[in-house]
Amino acid sequence: MKSRAWMKPYICGGLAGLLLVASVAIAGQFFGTSTTFPRMVTWLTNSIGIDLSHLAFFQASGGSLTGAAFPDWQLLFVIGIALGAFLASIATKTFQLEPLPPMWAERFGNRLGLRIGHSIIGGILLMVGARMAGGCPSGHGVSGVSQLGVSSFLALVMFFVGGIFMARFLYGRRSS
Amino acid sequence: MTTLAFGLITGILFGALLQQAEVLRYEKQVGAMRLMDMTIVKFMLTTIVVGSIGIFLLKDLGLVSFDPRPLSLGLQIIGGLLFGVGWALIGYCPGTSLGALAEGRYHVIWPILGMLIGGLVFAFLYPMVQEHIQPMGNYGPISVADMLGVNHWFVILALAVGAGFLFRFFEKHNL
Repeated sequence: MKSRAWMKPYICGGLAGLLLVASVAIAGQFFGTSTTFPRMVTWLTNSIGIDLSHLAFFQASGGSLTGAAFPDWQLLFVIGIALGAFLASIATKTFQLEPLPPMWAERFGNRLGLRIGHSIIGGILLMVGARMAGGCPSGHGVSGVSQLGVSSFLALVMFFVGGIFMARFLYGRRSS
Repeated sequence: MTTLAFGLITGILFGALLQQAEVLRYEKQVGAMRLMDMTIVKFMLTTIVVGSIGIFLLKDLGLVSFDPRPLSLGLQIIGGLLFGVGWALIGYCPGTSLGALAEGRYHVIWPILGMLIGGLVFAFLYPMVQEHIQPMGNYGPISVADMLGVNHWFVILALAVGAGFLFRFFEKHNL
């Protein structure tokens, strides 16, 4: 089936589209993942006894942006993504332990410290951006654009504009 | 309880599809931003086209109702650009990060940690964002069909045709 390998992202993407439709029809739920991160971290801070409930964020949207919303559909969806990816990678023998992303290591070397630096700074920027924009590639990108929201088209384009700009900065112009 | 079960099942299926399409990999995500490998764009656009046809069918049949997410030029432009810069740095988005961890790419624990810290940072920035950035170009939940004053099926058709041309371009150039 090697000759059909090019079709894989389209077939999987099409099935993911049908899955979205089924989820909306059956459970009334659109895909989204990024809100689970502020929920998880506020749940964690609360669990270790740090009280941040004075922040306006904890009252926003009836408190649904914090760990108080757990357990909810999206949390289980996110856990499910990990479970599904794990099962599929085991079933197809594509599970692979990796200490650093190969493309990154080729450009920056085996520097774990630098990778951690990129990851923390990048992760903060990404999540602040996602929550500001009101979604990530699943919430805005897939669900929001499927609903034809102007906000989602704009956010998705901006994700790529920022990403292409930064990738150019990190990796330079394409050499090949 | 049923809602939670549906969440888990939907997630498992979505995770398996993401894994099989290989979109959980740093190389595919940054590869798209470096304009070298458009796998994630193919996956995403196909999902969007199929998804939009399905959910608008459901809507036209009166089975579901939804409104697009509200438009604020400030939030989506500034937030979107911040997201993009961070995305290129870590090479994962929130949904794919956990899937990547599950297929063995354990270096993704650092981006996940960064995103969790980012969630906390946002909790502190929230009042400032709401007060100063949200009101910039605030148009509410408006769809492309509303904006252009055309039927939503026209927009979906244009989206599908546009995606088709893009796919042909990608395949022709081996992207």
